[in-house]
Amino acid sequence: MEALIPFIIIIAKVVGITFVLTLPIIAYSVYAERRFAAVIQDRVGPNRTGIPLTIFGFKKDISFFGLLQPLADGLKFILKEDFVPSHVNKFFFWLAPALTMVPALVTLSVVPFGSKLFGEPLVIADVSVGPLLIFAIASLSVYGITLAGWASNNKYSFFGGVRSCAQMVSYEIALGLSVIPVLMHFGDLNLTNIVQHQADNGWLILPLWNESGHLFSSVFWNSPQTHEHLFLWIPMIISFFIFTISIFAETNRMPFDLPECETELVGGYHTEYSSMKFALFFLGEYAAMIVGSALIVTLFLGGWSIGFGADAWVVGTFGDWAGLIHLGVFLVKLVGFILFFILIRWTVPRFRYDQLMKLGWVVFFEAALINILFAAVIIAKTRGNLSNTEFFVALGGVIIFSAVMFYIAKSLERMLASDNKSEIKS
Amino acid sequence: MAKVTKLTRPTLSKSDEVYLIGIFKGTLVTLKHAVKSMFGKSRGADSLNSSGLGVTMQYPEEKWDDELPEYYRGAPALVTDEMDRERCVSCQLCEFICPPKAIKIIPGEIPEDNEWAKVEKRPKEFEIDMIRCIYCGLCEEVCPEQAIYLRKDYAITGTSREEMVHNKERLYEIGGKRVGLVNKWNELK
Repeated sequence: MEALIPFIIIIAKVVGITFVLTLPIIAYSVYAERRFAAVIQDRVGPNRTGIPLTIFGFKKDISFFGLLQPLADGLKFILKEDFVPSHVNKFFFWLAPALTMVPALVTLSVVPFGSKLFGEPLVIADVSVGPLLIFAIASLSVYGITLAGWASNNKYSFFGGVRSCAQMVSYEIALGLSVIPVLMHFGDLNLTNIVQHQADNGWLILPLWNESGHLFSSVFWNSPQTHEHLFLWIPMIISFFIFTISIFAETNRMPFDLPECETELVGGYHTEYSSMKFALFFLGEYAAMIVGSALIVTLFLGGWSIGFGADAWVVGTFGDWAGLIHLGVFLVKLVGFILFFILIRWTVPRFRYDQLMKLGWVVFFEAALINILFAAVIIAKTRGNLSNTEFFVALGGVIIFSAVMFYIAKSLERMLASDNKSEIKS
Repeated sequence: MAKVTKLTRPTLSKSDEVYLIGIFKGTLVTLKHAVKSMFGKSRGADSLNSSGLGVTMQYPEEKWDDELPEYYRGAPALVTDEMDRERCVSCQLCEFICPPKAIKIIPGEIPEDNEWAKVEKRPKEFEIDMIRCIYCGLCEEVCPEQAIYLRKDYAITGTSREEMVHNKERLYEIGGKRVGLVNKWNELK
């Protein structure tokens, strides 16, 4: 019996975090998307679906602002005909939806959802390679989309698949490079420790938002750790921007939704899909969005921490139940980010494909590289590993490197522009 | 000859070239619009009688009926005149002009002992198939007796095809009485 307890705890975590927490969030983020989009466009959105009491002879339905809409959507997806066209490659056609949904859900296993609840950290797998595991598994979802496009045996779907393949591979580089300064700063790949570190010493892009909250003590301002935090502010904000925008591209969200753009490619890679298989694509996209937001919140915005000494107070007041409060804080941040995703969707129009590629390879790639060197010099200096002369030499090196990068980017741009012109002429 | 104005693309300022700033501004615009819409302050919300969210009216609970214009074309209906005489003399012009062939008239004689015997005819059956009707108003336009009018009723529903066919009784019920111009039968002038 003793030996069984760890298993029971793990199963409880898996069921709790995946099925009780994340799947409803996925379903309701679809609802949130529809309602928020409607509000932005001066409409109302789904506000009717509720308990249909009129069927049972009552006068009025209960609608709860349409909060049961996801349930109705799910029911619709299950009851629809699961149509497989005769011209598709059956095996890959069936495999593809699973390959988009599963990686997104697997990556949830390393995201810390809260601090400790009765001594158990609220994370399924407390592994020491958190971000690497997420990158490794999340990039598998490109197979799902590419295979879907290819197996559909349909030109538009194929375009969608190819586009998504190139786009995701390009932005994976910016994603990976932009997170390196963050990991250099923390010196740790365990997401639980990263969040704990942020809770104690201030969130990554809000360094003064720290647990101790002593903004007015000279010890705080003179400590090298504070200096590192403050000087790293600029590179971290650059990292944050590149990371967030790359997450947008990775999850095929709106400014980067070229794989499925309705106006050009009918439905993109999921044109031939119906019923539950389409739902898996649809929900997989939202699951990826949630994992992406969770990762941004965990790495840059302090995960479950409240900041300003509130964490210690929560632990002191609620004891073993503090984990639930932290879980709530994390979810609030997560939902905020999802709403931000939706807001961006209805603000920024879709990129052209060459603009997308240029942004990935010419802007973000170079910016991330320069950012790494910049952050490295700052970290080395504030930790006392560099003498003053070494520091200035290193800084000069970074500046020369940046200049070379700018030159390369500019010449690439000119080359592309002249290519375009000659194409138009011919 | 049309005057051709050649437009050039506006040159971007440095802050436009780094389009993060532009995106930030755009996000604020969207957000402002969303907040306005949430509190029912969208442009046109008042004049469109919005329910308080966006510019949309919640249909079955709130209706636009009071705001319908005079010329609104709803369900066609038969009317009686001020002396309760059926105005229709079953000339069948509306039946012939009706583009979707929604109207069916069976003419009937007015019996000799009736006070309106001099009108000679009235419809025995008058049916308008509301599934076919396209609310074009040609029947109203063509009627020499001003007996058929398009009323403001627009929510014509039914659970079967038969229910959607308005018979004479139903048509008079919708139409009601109409005091009008045609006075050649009642000598009112």
